[in-house]
Amino acid sequence: MTIEIVGISVLWLFLFGYVIVASIDFGAGFFNASTIVTKKNHIVNSVIQRYLSPVWEITNVFLVFFFIGMIGFFPSTAYYFGTVLLIPISISIILLALRGSYYAFGTYGTKGHKGYTLMYGVTGVLIPASLSTALIVSQGGFIRETATGSIALDYLALFTSPFAWSIVLLSLVSVLFISASFLAYYSNVAQDYEALKLFRRYTWLWSFPTMVTALGIIIEMRWHNPAHFEGLISLWWVFLLSFICFLESLWLLKKGKYGKSFIFVVLQFAFAFYGYGVSRYPYILYPYITIYDGFTNETMAYALITVFIFGLMLLLPSLYLVFKLFIMNKPYIRKGKA
Amino acid sequence: MESVELSRYLTMLTLSVHVIYATLGVGVPIMITLAHWLGLKRNDEQYLLLARRWARGYVITVAVGVVTGTAIALQLALLWPKFMEFAGQLVALPLFMETFAFFFEAIFLGIYLYTSDRFKNPKHHFYLLIPVVLGAAMSALFITSVNAFMNAPQGFALVDGQLTNIQPLLAMFNPAMPTKVAHVVASAYMTTAFILASIAAFHMLRGNRHEYHRKALALTMKVALIFSIATALVGDLSGKYLAEYQPEKLAAAEWHFETEGEAPLVLYGVLTETNEVKYAIKIPYALSFLVHSNFSGVVTGLNDIPEEYHPPYEIHYLFDTMVTIGIWLTTLSFAYCVALWRGWKIIQSKVFRILLVASGPLAMVAIEAGWWFTEVGRQPWIMRGFMKTAEGATDSPDVGLMLIAFAILYAILLVGTAVVLIRMFKNNPVEKELEMATDEQRSEAK
Repeated sequence: MTIEIVGISVLWLFLFGYVIVASIDFGAGFFNASTIVTKKNHIVNSVIQRYLSPVWEITNVFLVFFFIGMIGFFPSTAYYFGTVLLIPISISIILLALRGSYYAFGTYGTKGHKGYTLMYGVTGVLIPASLSTALIVSQGGFIRETATGSIALDYLALFTSPFAWSIVLLSLVSVLFISASFLAYYSNVAQDYEALKLFRRYTWLWSFPTMVTALGIIIEMRWHNPAHFEGLISLWWVFLLSFICFLESLWLLKKGKYGKSFIFVVLQFAFAFYGYGVSRYPYILYPYITIYDGFTNETMAYALITVFIFGLMLLLPSLYLVFKLFIMNKPYIRKGKA
Repeated sequence: MESVELSRYLTMLTLSVHVIYATLGVGVPIMITLAHWLGLKRNDEQYLLLARRWARGYVITVAVGVVTGTAIALQLALLWPKFMEFAGQLVALPLFMETFAFFFEAIFLGIYLYTSDRFKNPKHHFYLLIPVVLGAAMSALFITSVNAFMNAPQGFALVDGQLTNIQPLLAMFNPAMPTKVAHVVASAYMTTAFILASIAAFHMLRGNRHEYHRKALALTMKVALIFSIATALVGDLSGKYLAEYQPEKLAAAEWHFETEGEAPLVLYGVLTETNEVKYAIKIPYALSFLVHSNFSGVVTGLNDIPEEYHPPYEIHYLFDTMVTIGIWLTTLSFAYCVALWRGWKIIQSKVFRILLVASGPLAMVAIEAGWWFTEVGRQPWIMRGFMKTAEGATDSPDVGLMLIAFAILYAILLVGTAVVLIRMFKNNPVEKELEMATDEQRSEAK
């Protein structure tokens, strides 16, 4: 295994971490806001608050981690993505900023302010959409060269591309699916059966659209980027495993084993995510940057990997502590019941 | 306006907002720790409440600090793509370590806030603050070392436009780093102490006679004095560093044109179009003495530096603002501590309390002025000696639009923070909370 592969694997791990924790967070915000509109807020409110309060800060760090790691391992991505994505990523930053601060204002400041909660929900679905532009652009086909020899995002191509919209759609439905599955598990531990009923229904509701859009994207790839399509097909068994995990998670959901069901949801996304990642090898930004010509100097790469290993030795026990104290801690979760 | 100008303004705007929250982010944990520790040691409910209330307000500032920090992290690549492509190969290490330190702090802060009733031994809860304080200081250290690198790049060789012989640790521990980190951390502790002192002084000015506020004021002012002195001492070392490594910045700050020995220190004044200094206070020999510790040391003047590398001369005003506030606050905290020790009544006077209330905002002004001085003072470079600011900027035509969008965002965040914090503490005064705490103790005793 070359050091470039190690680098991209580390980054892919961060991105996957962000996708899972952020999905739970974004979805929770959305459900919280939508239940205000449907006047069912009292059912889910305490479960969501109990989960979100101690972990909301951690979610953001995963994103910064991925991003700083990206510039560290692949500095030339800074030029391409930085130049092209000024507007979409700025929109994401603004939404993230409003979301993060309004959460804190609403939770610690004036408790139960409806405006804050709604803002939290709405931004939660817009952020995945704006962030997924980075993923879409990395697929190639949306960058044009300007008259001055610089590069810019081709908005017309972006907004008229069914492929781009499918990815946005997939990011939205999978956020809701992952989140509902986790919250079903969490409300089961909290013995909050009304919330459980609601989240179980949401999980069913969002599971099938996730599968349909994911399949749709694979088919669209055939026209959008044939080389990548070939890559996806040659890894068919990984996507088959992902599908099996999907079926298993639904089976477990039906049996009422919510913890295991959520684990299979994570596995389902892990297989799909890594399968997708491997299939685009060796491109980071098609066809401009590959993981080989965009890679940083060797000294820095080894330094980063060393720090990464030391960092993990510090982080994993700390994350375990958070899990033990809040996420897996039954007395803590149950006290949330008013 | 060109993209490079707009990018500079947007970066300046983001950093100016972020530094308010970042300074508090570095400083407040240590104040919470001190109060919590005193509360446990003296078994004093009031100090414990102090720690709790500070922590509660801190959560709000951390939240906004996290989001503005995320903004600047991403904006670095959005606004300065060519710079990040180049520097990313050199400073990725401290940037990466900063996120680890911050992650560490975020995790333990979350645990600390939500476990006050979980531990049988209250000391175990207290120990959770140690990683928070360490994480805050370490992230300041790493991120400042990146900034120091931009001022004093080293740890690589540039051969025909190709980077070779890269030494990440050498790049991190560059000559600017020690003084910069020390100055940033000390001034953050100092500023936070003054801000919290302002709050206590404000309540006392309004006629609140509660012992809680007196204790808060005494504690914060003592800490403020210690770190004011530390900040001044490190500031002096920073000046000596500038004279040796970045003479153009020091010369511009001091309006020092002729290279000469026995150089005077220029305070205040205005500069005419023909570069004559008017209405200034000149202290003979002082600049030479500050730089070389003797009265005749030669200080490089701007005339010996090619004009295209001159920083804007306006940084003199920023430098003056920072130093004047620093000296004034050191004097104020010294006067307070002496008066407290000798039992002088002057510190209970209305005028003195007004000065105390003003001290926190003033310290924050000094922080902003200091950062503007150091950043504008390295113009025209983005990486001194290697890359000009104009070469690092994006050529996207949309920066102006983003500048407006972010200005609106920051206005919302700043007003929101103020409103929420004020409301949070106004609706829940100290007296009420203390009463509740004693009630709880009584019912437990029964």
